[in-house]
This record gives sequence, C-alpha cells and structure tokens, in this order.
Amino acid sequence: MTATSDREQMAYVAAQAADARINVELDTGDMTLNIGPQHPATHGTLRIACRLDGEQVVVAEPIMGYMHRGYEKLCEVRTYPQCTTLINRIDWLGSFANEVPFILAAERLMEVEAPPRAQWIRTILFELSRIANLALFLGDMGVQIGALTPVFFAFRDRERVLNQIEEVTGGRFHPNFDRIGGLKDDIPKGWIDETRSVMTKMRTFCDEMEDLLVGNEIFQARCRGVGVIPGDVAVGYGLSGANLRASGIDWDLRRDANPGLAWDQIDWRVWTHPDGDSFARYWVRLQETREATRIVDQLLDGIPSGPIMAKVPRIIKVPAGEAYVSTENPLGEMGYYIVSKGDLGPFRVKIRTPSFNNISVVPWVMKGVYVPDVITILGSLYFILGDIDR
Amino acid sequence: MTSLLALPYWQETAIKLGLALAVIPATSLILVYLFLFKMMAFMQSRLGPNDTGPYGSLQLIAEAIKFLQKEDIHPAQADRRVFRMAPVVVLASTFLLYVVLPAGPDAVVQNLDTGVFYAMAVSSLSVLGILMAGWASANKYALLGGLRAAGQLIAYELPLILAVMGVVVQAETLNLQGIVEAQATGEIFGFGAIGNPFILTQFLAFLIFMIAAQAELTQTPFDMPVAETELVGGFHVEYTGFRFLLFFMAEFGTAFAFSALAAVMFLGGWWIPGFDVHDNVLNILGPGVMLAKILLIAFFIFWIRFTYPRLREDQLQKFAWKVLIPLALANIVLTGIFKVVF
Amino acid sequence: MPQLPGLIKGLGVTARTAGRTLFPKRGWKTFIPAPQKGAVTVQYPHEKEAPPDRARGVIALHEENCTACMLCSRQCPDWCIYIEGHKVKAPPRRAGGKPRTVNMLDRFDIDYALCMYCGICVEVCPFDALFWTPEYEYSEPRIADLLHDKDRLGEWMETVPDFLDYEAGSEEKVRKVPR
Repeated sequence: MTATSDREQMAYVAAQAADARINVELDTGDMTLNIGPQHPATHGTLRIACRLDGEQVVVAEPIMGYMHRGYEKLCEVRTYPQCTTLINRIDWLGSFANEVPFILAAERLMEVEAPPRAQWIRTILFELSRIANLALFLGDMGVQIGALTPVFFAFRDRERVLNQIEEVTGGRFHPNFDRIGGLKDDIPKGWIDETRSVMTKMRTFCDEMEDLLVGNEIFQARCRGVGVIPGDVAVGYGLSGANLRASGIDWDLRRDANPGLAWDQIDWRVWTHPDGDSFARYWVRLQETREATRIVDQLLDGIPSGPIMAKVPRIIKVPAGEAYVSTENPLGEMGYYIVSKGDLGPFRVKIRTPSFNNISVVPWVMKGVYVPDVITILGSLYFILGDIDR
Repeated sequence: MTSLLALPYWQETAIKLGLALAVIPATSLILVYLFLFKMMAFMQSRLGPNDTGPYGSLQLIAEAIKFLQKEDIHPAQADRRVFRMAPVVVLASTFLLYVVLPAGPDAVVQNLDTGVFYAMAVSSLSVLGILMAGWASANKYALLGGLRAAGQLIAYELPLILAVMGVVVQAETLNLQGIVEAQATGEIFGFGAIGNPFILTQFLAFLIFMIAAQAELTQTPFDMPVAETELVGGFHVEYTGFRFLLFFMAEFGTAFAFSALAAVMFLGGWWIPGFDVHDNVLNILGPGVMLAKILLIAFFIFWIRFTYPRLREDQLQKFAWKVLIPLALANIVLTGIFKVVF
Repeated sequence: MPQLPGLIKGLGVTARTAGRTLFPKRGWKTFIPAPQKGAVTVQYPHEKEAPPDRARGVIALHEENCTACMLCSRQCPDWCIYIEGHKVKAPPRRAGGKPRTVNMLDRFDIDYALCMYCGICVEVCPFDALFWTPEYEYSEPRIADLLHDKDRLGEWMETVPDFLDYEAGSEEKVRKVPR
C-alpha cells in the first residue's frame, strides 16, 4: 500500500466514523426541557434542565441561583440583632425556626444561656413554625400531583397557626422575636388555651389529609415507588430532615444533638419510614406534623415561670471566636457557622441550609423517571427557594 | 313525529341553529358558575366570586370581557394558520355535538337516525384540534400536552363507544330519541311506571361511560394533558385572550354535552314518568328535566375533579386498556345474551 | 373491619367541607344556606380582619418623648428612618434652676417603602417614643407617599392598643402607652 492509499483509507475510516456519529445522533431524539425558572412546580425560580427521551428523563440538572440574595455577605455588614431580621427570610415558611440556630450560636460565643422560660417558649414557637411549614407541604404536595382542594385546606389551617405566632411575635412570617439571651417579649394572656384549640384543629387537618391524599389510591399509585432514595445514597448526598428519615435513617437533631431547647424534657418520638420513596416522604412529614402538635401540647402544659431575658449588655458585642450550631428545622438540618472578631457584627456567617443539600440529590434520583414523576419528586423533596439560594 | 312549529324548513333550521349556538356559552356559563366557582369554593371553605352581580353570577361574563380585551399573541415560531385554527376546531366539535342532543320529543336540532354514532364520531374531532394546538404552539410543554391528549383521548374513546354499545343493543336503535323512547316504554319486571332508565340495567356501562367521559373531558384524575403544575396548561399554554376563551368554552360546553349524553342514554332523558312519550307538553317541560339531570351528572364529574389527584399517563393508559375496555366488552356480551334470552 | 376505599373517603371529605361551608352550625337556622358565615375567608373590603394587638402594622411616633437621639435610625437594618433635630434652650423645670438644653425634632420620616417591619427601632427606643399599631391600610398609589413624616406618624398614635397582660408565670412588667 502506498502512503496515499493509507491516507485514503484513514479518510474513509474517518468518514465512516462521522456517519456513525450522525446516526447515533439521529437515533437519540433527545429534547431538552427546561422546568423553570418560571414554573409552578418549582415554588419560585429553580430551574431544572432535563434531557428527555420521549417523556423519560435522561439527565436532570438543577440550576440554582436565580434568587440569590447574598444573606451571608449582608450579615457581615450588620449587627447581630439586625442579622436576625435577614435570617427570617431564608426559609420563609418556617421563619422562626431560622432565627434559633443563629441566636444559639451567638449565645454560645457570648457564653450566655437563655432562662428556661425563654427556652420553652422558643421551643413552642419553633414547633409552631414547623407545623405551619409542614402543613403547607401536606397540601402543596396534593396540588403538585393534581388535587386542587388539599392546598386550600392547608392554607386555611396554617392560617390559624400563623395567627398564634402573630399574637406572640407580632409578625406572621417574619417574627424576629429571638434575642441573644432570651426573647423579645413574653406570651400574652390567654394564648396558651387558644394554641391548644388550634393544635386540636391541626390534628383534624392531618386526619383530613390522611383521608384525602394518603389513603387515596390514585395518590398512592403516583407516589409509591417514585423517586426512591436508599438510605446510603441519602446520607451520601447530605440529605437531612424528613427526606433522610423517609429513607429509613433514624436521625433527628432535636433528639441527637439538642442544642439546649426543651425537647429533651418531654415525651415524643422520631418517625421514620423504610421505603425512601415520595410516599414515605409525605407520610413521614404527616406524622411529624402530628407529633409536633403533641410536642406543643406538652410544652404548653409545663412552661416554667421566670424571666425571659438573661443578663446581656444593651449593645451586643460578641467575643472573638467561632461557633457552629445546627437545629432540626422543618426542612432539615439548618446550621450557622459564625466567625466573630469581637465586633458589633459577625465577621463571617456560613449558612448551611437543608434545601440546598436536599436538592443536590435531584440528578441522581431523576435518572430514568417520567416527566410527571419529576414533579412528584420535586414536590416530595420539599424545598423552599429562599432556602436553596439564600 | 308531529312538528311543533309549522315553519318552512330553512326558517326552522335557522332558529334551531341559533338556539344551539346560543346554548354553548350559556351552558359553559352555568357549569362554570355553579361548579367551578361556587361548588369548588364551598368545598374549600371559601365563598368564590361574590361581588359581580347577584352572588357573583356575572363573574364569568366579566372574565369573558377581560379575555376579549387581551392582545392576541402568537409565538414567533408558531405555525400561524394552524395555531389560529386549533381552538375553532375544538369548539366546532362541541357545537356539532349539540346538534343531536334532544331536550323534548321535537326539541332537537336534527333527529338523526344514527345519533349515537354521530355524537361519538364528532366528539373525537376535538383530538385533532388539541393536537393542532399542541403542535403549532412551538412550545415543548404544549407539544407534550398535545401528544398526551391525543394518546389519552384515543385510548378513552374506545371504552366510551363500547359502553354506549350496551345501551344501543338494549334499545335496539342508534337514534337518541329512540333510546329515550325505549327507556320510557320499557318495563322493569313488568313494572313500567318509571319506565326503564338504563342506569339500572346498564349500570356497568354507565360507570365506564362516566369514567371515560371524565377522561375525554380531561378532567382530574385524567387531566395529564393540561396538568397545570406540570405542563403549565399543556396544549393551551401559549393561547391568550379570545382563543383561550374558546378552549375554555369548549371544555365546559363539552362537559355539558357529555352530561347530556349520559342523561339521555342512562337516566331517561327528557321523559317524565306519567306522560306520553309524544306529548307536546314535554317539549316545554323536557328541557327543564334534562337540565336537572345534566346538572346532577355534572355535579359528580366536578366533585371528582376537585377531590382527586391526577393519574400518570402510563397508569391511565393501562387503566383504559386493561380494565375499562375488557369490562366494556364483557358488558356488551352480557347485554347480548340477556337480550336473546329474555 | 372492612375499609372504605380511599377514593370514596376523599369524596366524603370534600362533601363534608362543602356542607359545613354552606350550612354552618347555628341552631335551627342550620338548614338555611349561609356560606357567608360558613366560609373561613374574610371578604376584605366589606369586612375587616382584626389583627392581634401585637401585630406589626405601622409605627406610631409619640413626638413629645422623642429626643432625636438617632438610636432607631442607626439600628435600622435598611436605614429607612430619617431624623433631623436641633438643640434649644428651655426654661428650667423648677423655678430658680438652670436653663435646660432640649433636643427639638425637626424631621422624623419613616420610609415604609423600605421598611422591613422588623421592629428594631421600636425596641431600641429608650424613651418610649415609638409604638407598633396593628393598622395596615395605608397603601398609596405613589411610592413616594409611603414616606410618612412626623405628623402622619403622630396620627397613628391614636390607634396604638394597650399592651397586653402576660400569661401566668411571667415576670415581665406590663408597659403603659403614653396618651
């Protein structure tokens, strides 16, 4: 063979390969579908770029940052009391729960501890915001997969919980009630009884959801076996909260690493589900809402008397040091890593939000599911955009 | 059959057509107000619209005016002619359905001998419009919705027709008036005071018909093609203003028409027990009776719509092919056997 | 025990809710449909919801107590309070005493277009000059009109509710609203 024919042969092989490539490309009639940034299932501006083969997802990638508000940076130019007003707005459905780990971290640096009465009221408000948050999930999951009514029930009954929060804190969504060393104010007269009756109503709401969705055969057909996350994968991706517990991992920061709130003084249990699918996630959250109403009932019985504020200076200066405190928020583990240089404000705040990690499992879990299941999985993973993008 | 009005053919046809044309907006108005606005609101502890007109009854008219004022937007990539034609095709299928729906011995636009056949054929025209809308919108969501709609509507067309077959076999006619007559003159074990509404003998067919109709109307739990939280409206995602209004009217107009078909075929239609089938009074009372029966059936359709989540596309296909169609076929066989035996 | 299918239970829940909305329990009148009473929603322009006394609706300014110390303005997280003042000599409190220097308030504006309703200004005020009131109807067609000056803020003072009593076991003292 001559050199020329060699070159010809190479060219022929190359042409063959090019043809093969084209054929391969023609075979896979993939379509890219952008779910979001403006889409009802993303509760905000999350974008999920899916490559579809027919209606089957080949690759799904969550793209976040459309709602980045830079809270970590904003906290650096504000004083500690001002930071809590920002932190309220991270997970806007359970905002009181956001304040608590930040305040606890600052308290740990200052080496003060809130008096027991403040701890108990904090725990009550924490659980109330958990109920408010999860109640909306219980309804919203229904609307994600097509049932119109549950979400209205959820709004109706969440309103009662928000009213209770508002009666104490003055704010429905952004309480800004926690202070370093205690609370801003004590609870008003008659609040305990009202809260008890609201808790009874929330339990009725949970029963209604059980009848409307959990027991519904269509709901089960849509959710069972969809988006299964095995326990080891869930741990590997850093999932937390109900998403982790639904995968059978018995892990709850309230019990395992109580940062000093009143959870260890009452009787309650952690719910887990072995399946790890969307149904398990819904079921675990439903049980958690019920459990939270029970926790609140017990806490209301035993609020200790005493002051609600420890002795702290009027101008708060946190001594230099570092602290990380995380709590079991409605969505999962939320933690604040505060670096202080002894100023009025923090030098650096790192916020560990649960939704950011929970959403990271999306590419893994969405391989090979159908487009309707994408919505089921997104709904059942339950993220809040403010919590992802901060 | 005696004619109520002794008018020349063209005048009679013009009047009847005008009535049929006026009926569609009126029916969607009734259904939307009663069920979509009020019943859904009550089921969700709300009041629904209550400021526009008495008890908010003029809300839909206000909304229609709003839709008319909106800009008519075409997507840049859209196939304009098909895009414009699609809602008209869908609405035309609804209009054509009304032609055969009887509301009295003579209160029918055209008493076709093959009325059932015609109604089934015409109702499946809407698939074409939906597919056109989904394709011409140049939108991936719309395309997915259109394809799902096509798959679903064709799958549920079969059990719908097969369920109707049972009625046709029992009534021995394809004429809708004939079916009403057969129910009116029928007897249940020699007892003929209330006639023989086919819901009693054809209960299985009635259930299959209602489920399939729910799917044909793309109401929850079979609303995968529109799936607001997922395909953001499916095939009509790109439509605004008047064209969207057409889709909307067609949706509720068809719901009304299917309820009417069910009322005629299973609940005895316009006949009132105690009257002769050819009594002229029934031309006046018949529409009222029909309306009551239609609203009863529509109530169930919308009750289910507001309660259930939606099935996935593959699940609803499986349900149609593996459950509904065999059941409907068994029903036809059983009906045939009983027809021969008795 | 035979279980009802979940599909039928679900229908029952919605029907029950519709019944409760349409026929709320109210003695013999239960059978007259009264959705206006059964619905949980508040028909806003016709009837108004009463927010709790502690609700953070709008900030009222008790001008006599303000000393233009600027604490609120400095502590505000988004710096939406604008204060200007000047010092004047005031006659002595007691006859024969020294003349005092008093801070006079020239300008006290809160820009509600910026305010994030955190309540820090009310909390840090050492002289009880700022109060929350649950009023909420002060939206404006122009965003610039949301800047409330000290007269407007003073008008809100009438709507400030008394502070609530505390639940048993509290050691807090109930504060008084200056009228």
